[in-house]
Amino acid sequence: MRVLKLGLVQGVFGGILGWLFGFALVIGSRLLLGLPAQWNPNLTGLAAYEPAVVVAGIFFVVGFMIGVGAVSDWLKWARGIDTPFNHGARIPGTSELARYFNVDYSHKVIGIQYAITGVLLLGVGGTLAMIFRLQLAQPELNFVPPDVFNTMISAHGMIMIGGILLGVGGMSNYLVPLMIGANDMAFPRLNAFAYWINVPGALLLCVAMVIGGWNTGWTGYPPLSAQAPLGVQYFFLGVFFIGLSSILGSLNIIVTTMTMRSPGMSLFRMPVFVWSAFATAIIQLTATQFIGLSFLMVLVQRILGMGFFDPGGPVWSEVDKWAGGGNPILFQHMFWFYSHPAVYLFVLPGLGIISELLPVFARKPLFGYKWIAMSSMAIALVGFLVWAHHMFVSGMSNYLRVPFMMSTLLVAVPTGVKFFSWLGTLWGGRIEFKTPMLFALGAISVFLIGGLTGPPLGTVATDLNLTDTYYVVGHFHATMFGGFIFPFLAALYYWFPKATGRMYNERLGQLHFWLMTPAFWVMSLGQIFVGMHGMRRRIATYEVGLDIGTAQMMVTIAGFVIFISVLIMMFNLFVLARRGQRAGANPWRSRGLEWQVPSPMPEMTYPATPVVVGEPYDYGKPGSIYVQFAPAAPALHTGASITGGD
Amino acid sequence: MTAVAESYQVQTRRNRMGFWLFFLSESFLFGGLLVARYYLWGNTRPSMEDTVIGPLHISYQVIPLMITAVLLLSSFFMNRAEVAIANDDRKTFSRSILLTVLMGLIFLLGVLIFEWGWKTVDGQIVLGRHISPTDGVFGAVLYGMTGMHALHVVSGLVLLMLVWNLGRKGHFSPEKHWGVEATAIYWHYVDLVWVFFYPAIYLIGVGVHAAGH
Repeated sequence: MRVLKLGLVQGVFGGILGWLFGFALVIGSRLLLGLPAQWNPNLTGLAAYEPAVVVAGIFFVVGFMIGVGAVSDWLKWARGIDTPFNHGARIPGTSELARYFNVDYSHKVIGIQYAITGVLLLGVGGTLAMIFRLQLAQPELNFVPPDVFNTMISAHGMIMIGGILLGVGGMSNYLVPLMIGANDMAFPRLNAFAYWINVPGALLLCVAMVIGGWNTGWTGYPPLSAQAPLGVQYFFLGVFFIGLSSILGSLNIIVTTMTMRSPGMSLFRMPVFVWSAFATAIIQLTATQFIGLSFLMVLVQRILGMGFFDPGGPVWSEVDKWAGGGNPILFQHMFWFYSHPAVYLFVLPGLGIISELLPVFARKPLFGYKWIAMSSMAIALVGFLVWAHHMFVSGMSNYLRVPFMMSTLLVAVPTGVKFFSWLGTLWGGRIEFKTPMLFALGAISVFLIGGLTGPPLGTVATDLNLTDTYYVVGHFHATMFGGFIFPFLAALYYWFPKATGRMYNERLGQLHFWLMTPAFWVMSLGQIFVGMHGMRRRIATYEVGLDIGTAQMMVTIAGFVIFISVLIMMFNLFVLARRGQRAGANPWRSRGLEWQVPSPMPEMTYPATPVVVGEPYDYGKPGSIYVQFAPAAPALHTGASITGGD
Repeated sequence: MTAVAESYQVQTRRNRMGFWLFFLSESFLFGGLLVARYYLWGNTRPSMEDTVIGPLHISYQVIPLMITAVLLLSSFFMNRAEVAIANDDRKTFSRSILLTVLMGLIFLLGVLIFEWGWKTVDGQIVLGRHISPTDGVFGAVLYGMTGMHALHVVSGLVLLMLVWNLGRKGHFSPEKHWGVEATAIYWHYVDLVWVFFYPAIYLIGVGVHAAGH
């Protein structure tokens, strides 16, 4: 019964207990106050007890966090008991694998927990996409009923976003301390808490699909979401808690970056990925509050009748004195104030990975290091000023359109800086086409599709025609794949030997790439094509007369090819690599700090303090040194200094 | 300086930075509520009924003004508690914390009883002596703002009681009292938020009377 002792299992038990407690609490208080247990007598099933279900959902998360043990130390501190900070397995006698199912404070464990959970969520979201793509493969099919279809596209959207956020968290948590020469994050307990709260959050998102679903799309606009089935409440709660994780995790990243860099690592000697993780963290820390707040406002509008977004005023009000006045446009402003910068927080770490990998495989210095560091910050900051370009047709004030169009097109400038830096880095390099490099190059090609289809959406005149068509879907998927999925896969392949000490199978990796990239081009261009031919978003089927059946079929087939290629990667990394070649400390001949210690890394990554003495990306410059290890420390490395390049 | 004390200082510096970043984040939450208030209320605000006790007409604005003053004053005692523990004055620390808690409770009761109020309609207890959450945007925003702020006051009170208890057990020293410092900053922050919320709810804009008044 060792399984029962795992934190994850205890968390689920705690969550269920918490759920029951919360449910009983609300029903009990209603009965005590002389109210009927049922909130709405016109509804049946759980929906009749909506406030109790919502409170139960919150207590589910609380119960989970207590059960899993993510708050144990803090509860002890509150009672005045100090807890030692052990680096390493916290529960003695457990296996290395069990660490990943328990609360663990090591940032390397947490980073992998994030990444694996992210991959799982992406898998769930991808499976949903496969199902509804079958529905769209031919016109006028009735394979998935329309209401189920709507739930599936909504769940696909938000579960994918959750997966991306976890993937971003995985890369940041794993790589930032390694890259700046720290042994852990600034707040390891908070780090574990921020990871674990994603798990009940993601569970709520999945449960939302089966307690009625929701038909609003991932955006959850009222007034539709104010009337949607019960599932929308757990959708709100799930996003709320995943958002809380974003806020706490990003706070940790910023403090870690600001206070824990190695001696000699000035801001402009940090690896560019750290810059992009830092810029991402700024967005996550601040803007996330707005999506949480906007969803919370709809949540209370549904259960307490607070009419933030209800122009007509609640009809059931007993003391209807100041009726009405709500405005759904406010929701869109608040929602997009997060959700547009969110897109940049999804892509910035990915773009950082591309900039990180190109110099290693081209064996050349990174072109324009300072510009690329600053362009990440610029994208993050300009990202706060563009949200209303999602709302050109919403009915917001007309005078807002042109300023938001201009700020939107301004984003192309720092993004262009990145593209030219990549080209400049590749120019004249001796490129090694290993799997991570292929994915970085694939990312550039895919992100280019996403980038070039952007300006027509940012320009008011063309957006009025393209909005809410599959053109938007094509554009968005290209930016997400180019900005996150491809670089994330590149990062998985690139750091896999560092994390495990084993090499993946290069041939299968290349096969994965050569299946996925052309398939993605077909899928993305196909979506753009059907969109321009009149295919609407969020519609369960389309007419034969649109004459886009062939294109839709190709999109579906391409989607399945991508799905299969990802399965190949999973087989490669999780099954085949167990018997893979030993990788050695630095298979890519990288100058990065983390590559100068053995693979897999020891529990304390840097027993000797690394001292940064040179520039990070001077590949190919003879005699240039990036990092030295403090000489007084135990002789861990033969050769105290590491020269980079050929 | 011993290594332990040094590492406490290092960690406290990080804690401080993390805490301020947390407040930056929270400012966006409260800022979002202010955005909602200005977007939905514009240049208006709800003008509620006076409380009538015999011949006495007390404006609905008097109680909020009083509890605002109490909350602001409580920050003084919070600060006094922090200074006291830095000077190893346990007695003043303990007393000041309790005074802060008391004033926080007065504020909370003011919100719960005088702003939210409770009344009986057909034998059922409902919210809303002056205004109810279902009173259109006026009710929604007023309850949203005061509710979110009250939630923070409650968590501040919990922190205060924890810190008081730990202080009673002799857990803090002039060198090591990050817990007190954090609670103090948190309490001041919650105060600061109210400095923005109070005028936004009660002072700015033209008072709109409920229909039929």
